[in-house]
Amino acid sequence: MQPENFYYDNKIVRNFAIATVVWGIVGMSVGLLIAIQLFHPAANFGSQYTSFGRIRPVHTNAVIFAFVGNAIFMGVYYSLQRLLKARMFSDTLSKIHFWGWQLIIVAAAITLPLGFTTSHEYAELEWPIDILITIVWVVFGINMFGTIIKRRERHLYVAIWFYIATFVTVAVLHIVNSVELPVSMWKSYMVYAGVQDALVQWWYGHNAVAFFLTTPYLGMMYYFLPKMANRPIYSYKLSILHFWALIFIYIWAGPHHLLYTTLPAWAQSLGVAFSIMLIAPSWGGMINGLLTLRGAWDKVRDNVILKFMVVGLTAYGMATFEGPMLSLKTVNGFAHFSDWIIAHVHVGALGWNGFLTFAILYWLIPRIYKTELYSKKLASVHFWIGTLGILFYVIPMYWAGFTQSFMLKEFTSEGVLKYPNFLETTLRIMPMYWMRSIGGTLYLSGVIMMTYNLYRTMKQGSLVANEAAQAMPLAPLTQEVSGHSTWHRVLERRPIQFMLLALVVILVGSFVELMPTLTIKSNIPTIAAVKPYTPLELQGRDLYIREGCMGCHSQTVRPFRSETERYGQYSKAGEFVYDHPFLWGSKRIGPDLAREGGGKKSNQWHFNHLMNPQAISEGSIMPPYAWLITQTLDTSLTAAKINAMRKLGVPYPAGYEKIANADLAKQAQSIADDLANNHVKVKSDKEIIAIIAYLQRLGVDIKADKTANNF
Amino acid sequence: MSIIYLLIGCSILLAVCFLGAFFWAQGSGQNEDLYTPSVRILLDDEPDTDPDKK
Repeated sequence: MQPENFYYDNKIVRNFAIATVVWGIVGMSVGLLIAIQLFHPAANFGSQYTSFGRIRPVHTNAVIFAFVGNAIFMGVYYSLQRLLKARMFSDTLSKIHFWGWQLIIVAAAITLPLGFTTSHEYAELEWPIDILITIVWVVFGINMFGTIIKRRERHLYVAIWFYIATFVTVAVLHIVNSVELPVSMWKSYMVYAGVQDALVQWWYGHNAVAFFLTTPYLGMMYYFLPKMANRPIYSYKLSILHFWALIFIYIWAGPHHLLYTTLPAWAQSLGVAFSIMLIAPSWGGMINGLLTLRGAWDKVRDNVILKFMVVGLTAYGMATFEGPMLSLKTVNGFAHFSDWIIAHVHVGALGWNGFLTFAILYWLIPRIYKTELYSKKLASVHFWIGTLGILFYVIPMYWAGFTQSFMLKEFTSEGVLKYPNFLETTLRIMPMYWMRSIGGTLYLSGVIMMTYNLYRTMKQGSLVANEAAQAMPLAPLTQEVSGHSTWHRVLERRPIQFMLLALVVILVGSFVELMPTLTIKSNIPTIAAVKPYTPLELQGRDLYIREGCMGCHSQTVRPFRSETERYGQYSKAGEFVYDHPFLWGSKRIGPDLAREGGGKKSNQWHFNHLMNPQAISEGSIMPPYAWLITQTLDTSLTAAKINAMRKLGVPYPAGYEKIANADLAKQAQSIADDLANNHVKVKSDKEIIAIIAYLQRLGVDIKADKTANNF
Repeated sequence: MSIIYLLIGCSILLAVCFLGAFFWAQGSGQNEDLYTPSVRILLDDEPDTDPDKK
């Protein structure tokens, strides 16, 4: 057999690398901007397109899917070719993948500031973009599996297993969490409602962390770390073991995001149990990485790339220890909704994802440009400023989280809340918000240094677009019964197993088929007083989603005395049956709103508060929403929205869509009249009327119910 | 909570896929040699390398 000559495609790697850096700077800059808005609300430039609620998802989507996403593809396209000793399956597919992914990012960067969002965290993009993501992901899959099929190395190195798990799982997660009923081009409703929608979202949300931020990076770690240190991974056996353990356990950890909510307790406990188990495989990966450097720590002293890897792996170890601890109910009851969680995710994001990405960029760019890194010294400065940046970011956030949670839970000796005004706890942590933005600035300036360094490196070298390589073709398998032992033949000889497998396939198919019916049936309210939203409230709810209010305000009261005293009775599952999507939120930058309605505050209060929060609550960090008073409510979709909701099982009477707008106008007029009586002049067709109507509805139904265990 | 059926179904489907992949890996000898692969990746496949190298 003769060795074959072929070429690795470095150009696609380079393109993904540039995209990683560019989007990294964009995503982190937006992050810094929203961090500043939290102590200086005027930093939203008074524009709706740059207000916190709308651009927070720009930050999260940009850093997760644009920065980390492109970095994954960079790492996968570089390592996959070399591990399989083959060029990527198709250059055309590589290009479609690259440009398709950038198109998705641009579409996200345009639609999110415009307020087109599903409200599901890390899955905010509306349905046309969801379809585009699916197509591009499939292109990536074909390209990857095509390369695996035409490989010249029979053994699949552990990194490839991580890549395969990433591809398969993200595909399933994305599809299940994107089942939406379109109302118009840029508006859709989630098919699931309330508790069920929450479970789907966090099943997705946690697995997005697992299979987008973790498994591909572990795969990259298993390729790049040995290459960087020029020594084999500490234990290949451990890598195999922890891979299979990780992917089998991760999938059920999601419910730990919903502890103390109305999710059934057994589902919460299931999530906790799986989360605890995750320590073992997670630390298996971290230990395997760190021990690879055993006896080579002198290299770490001199090699800045290895320094990045060591801090990255340490951050991974800390975050994956902290994660299971945070999923303990006692810890979670304290930490959830607080800045502790923000600290936790940034240890992972800045430390693990960020530092691994920087290390790979510093290692890979000089290699494909056949040159040395322009300045090792500058890279070293980047390392230290980046590490300081992480510390300056996370320590204030831990501090803020502890402080605020302690304050919110504190009672006086008389048994009343010590800090009944939520704002008081916010003002206490303002210095920490300041410090956090300094940490972010340090981290971002490190990235800018890296960009310059990489740019100069590229300038002084020249890209080897097609890198020559040579390898023996794959030898045919020497099988005892060649050609006859296909998997199906094997199965055919085992009727019991075959039947079981077929049963599983059929069952899964049936579940998928039955789902819509099941979901709708379970929408029959268990609390008789819970009624569908009026058309005006429904429109107001959509504005609430558009403005991203759920980014700062939760809508679920947990059964703690500190919360029932502060907000009102704890939430019940039956309250959310018409909520497509659920809006429980995941962070309380401001107070919970689940019990906000029912005239607790007057329409006039809400109006003035939305126009100028600082005038009502001095020192409030909520931005003003001036555009709600100038923009006219778009009622052209009311009928379509009512129809869509009915299709999803919300019991609007037949033909109601025809008179919905008349009802809407009537309710709007009554609110406008009430405002006029209180010296607020506003036309009834303005957006602010709808959002006030929605806010006044929150938590009203449960109060009217005599059976729902009022206390 | 009927949504749980869909999620369990999807999770089982994924798990079955991964289990199949695991059995394939075991059966096709992917995990027989647990040392060489870790060293092999350190070698680059530059053309006309020393024939003794591999």
